[in-house]
Amino acid sequence: MSVSTQSPAMSRLLLLSPVVLTLLALIAIPLGIMGYISLLPRNLYGGVDWQADWQLQSYVKLFFQEGFDGELELNWVYAQALLRSVAQAGGTTLLCFVFGFPVALWMTGLAPRQRSLMVLLITIPFWTNLLIRNYAWLIILREQGWIAQSINALLPQAGGITLLYNDFAVSVGLVYSFLPFMILPIYSTLEKLDWRLVEAAYDLGANRWKALRRVILPLSMPGVIAGALLVFVPSLGAFITPAILGGGKTLMIGNLIQQQFGTARNWPLGSSLSFLLLGILMLALVLYALYSRKTAKTIRRGAAA
Amino acid sequence: MMLKALRYGIAGFTLSCLTSLCAQAQEPKELFFYNWTDYYPVELLAKFEKETGIKVTMDGYDSNETLLAKLQAGGAAYDVIVPSQSIMRTLIEQNLLLEIDAPTLANFKNVKAAFRDPSFDPGRKFSAPYLWGSTGFSYDSARVPGGKLDDSWKEFFEPRPEVSGQLAALDTSSSVINAASHYLGVDECSENPQDAKRILELLQKQKPHLKMYSSDNTVDRMASGEVIMMQNWNGSTARATLQKSTIKYVYPREGLAMFQDNFAVPKSAPHPDNAKVFIDWMMKPENAAAVSNAIAYANGIESDKLLDPKWKVMDAINMPEEFASRLRPEKECSNKARELQDRIWSKLKG
Repeated sequence: MSVSTQSPAMSRLLLLSPVVLTLLALIAIPLGIMGYISLLPRNLYGGVDWQADWQLQSYVKLFFQEGFDGELELNWVYAQALLRSVAQAGGTTLLCFVFGFPVALWMTGLAPRQRSLMVLLITIPFWTNLLIRNYAWLIILREQGWIAQSINALLPQAGGITLLYNDFAVSVGLVYSFLPFMILPIYSTLEKLDWRLVEAAYDLGANRWKALRRVILPLSMPGVIAGALLVFVPSLGAFITPAILGGGKTLMIGNLIQQQFGTARNWPLGSSLSFLLLGILMLALVLYALYSRKTAKTIRRGAAA
Repeated sequence: MMLKALRYGIAGFTLSCLTSLCAQAQEPKELFFYNWTDYYPVELLAKFEKETGIKVTMDGYDSNETLLAKLQAGGAAYDVIVPSQSIMRTLIEQNLLLEIDAPTLANFKNVKAAFRDPSFDPGRKFSAPYLWGSTGFSYDSARVPGGKLDDSWKEFFEPRPEVSGQLAALDTSSSVINAASHYLGVDECSENPQDAKRILELLQKQKPHLKMYSSDNTVDRMASGEVIMMQNWNGSTARATLQKSTIKYVYPREGLAMFQDNFAVPKSAPHPDNAKVFIDWMMKPENAAAVSNAIAYANGIESDKLLDPKWKVMDAINMPEEFASRLRPEKECSNKARELQDRIWSKLKG
């Protein structure tokens, strides 16, 4: 059969097949397995009973739990862990933007040679394992470390400030780990920015702040959104940084899931928790898509008027 | 005396030649050793390779659950593993271990009587003893009022005001719940929700006094003075004491968990004969002692005479006889008990 005799639909399918196969193998099938596991009863020794009938118990458990007194009670633990993780991830994203945007903007002003050097410098921390980078912060922030020592020497009336094992330390660790994910996408959009538009803004009477807010920032939005997603999603599921720098006193959703596959030997509950997390992320993305479609419409309407 | 030693030596030598010859005939001279992280001195592997010609590749894991999951998933090619007694029954019942019949190995004669016939592996069909230790707590005697704490879990769970905010617990649910159960006098594997409730209440009351939950860096945490008191393993405490002599280990009178780790061979091992050579070699007193001297945990082999004097003086390693009755071997809990423990842990940290 020669190519010319193939129907266009057929050849389109053939051309798309590598993409489809990749998506199927790396996303659809693993998710399918996870979904299947979440519907099975757990096994005595970890794992699940593959032959058993489907049940929704692990999803019910997300919201209701048998109390120690035997009554069924609303279970807030998982919801709390989830909210805490969302807040932490949101804060991390915001801080990454606050620190990352000026850096990206500054980089676009450099000579091309220096720019590539900066990109290299920003990616260098990635050559070290995440675990080691977190331990480095453990040493920097601890009480015997020079930062805590000097703060407490300068502010003796504060009565011994501890920098480690709290939400502050976790934020530092997460922002440090994920900052490059914010800088690089913003940089790549700003690099292509048409600076004549900024000059036009100046000509029309905008000061620097106004030009930044009304021209540069809106034009860099695709990079900011991409960066925000790249930071938000992994920090939502992060479990190493909270465990090391947070002192393990509170559970993040990532720790909770890891615990189910580890010591608790409860794969179905771990899977259903993963799906809960996935569902919330999907919801956020859908809301964002709806929002951006709406703003796009208003902009177009504004332009038409 | 001399002559006898010589005879044993020659016998041992011939035997090891024989076994290694056998091994050579069937298997390539290599061995994959899957052990707890930081739980074996690397220098000793060089000695093993020099004496037997078998090259060892070592890989590490951090919990019995990781080991179990790897073996259950299949395809993992390890020759020697180091499961704790609390997971041995599962491994045996899941048919994941190869029968090695340890008493038939030449050096089994060196095994201490207490380690010859454990309840988790009657007759040592599947395993040989490695190290053992306990999970009590350690404190810096220079930084507590009066320089001494009572030998009770009360000091840990209801700390004095001077220690509050300066203590740490392990970040392992079973270790924390075991200790709390011993303090409250309930079964570690209790399936009674009321017991779970009491344990949770105790832990919630303790939590504000804790600086952190962590199972990493335990030696450094005590030695650097980051905390005054922490739930700790005896070996880890001993290594910290070496750096700071005022650090003490407590065997609480309410009881403390004792762990015992074992050598075993998975069914899927690619080099089972080399594995037996290794396990037999490790039961020689001088090799067992080399491990204890390097990482400060006691072993199950008659090798106390070879223990380094620096450890011998420490209660943490050289346990005084009267504390033996306080040790509670770790148990393997039922699924129901495990679920309760998970709920305690999630609620505690939620």
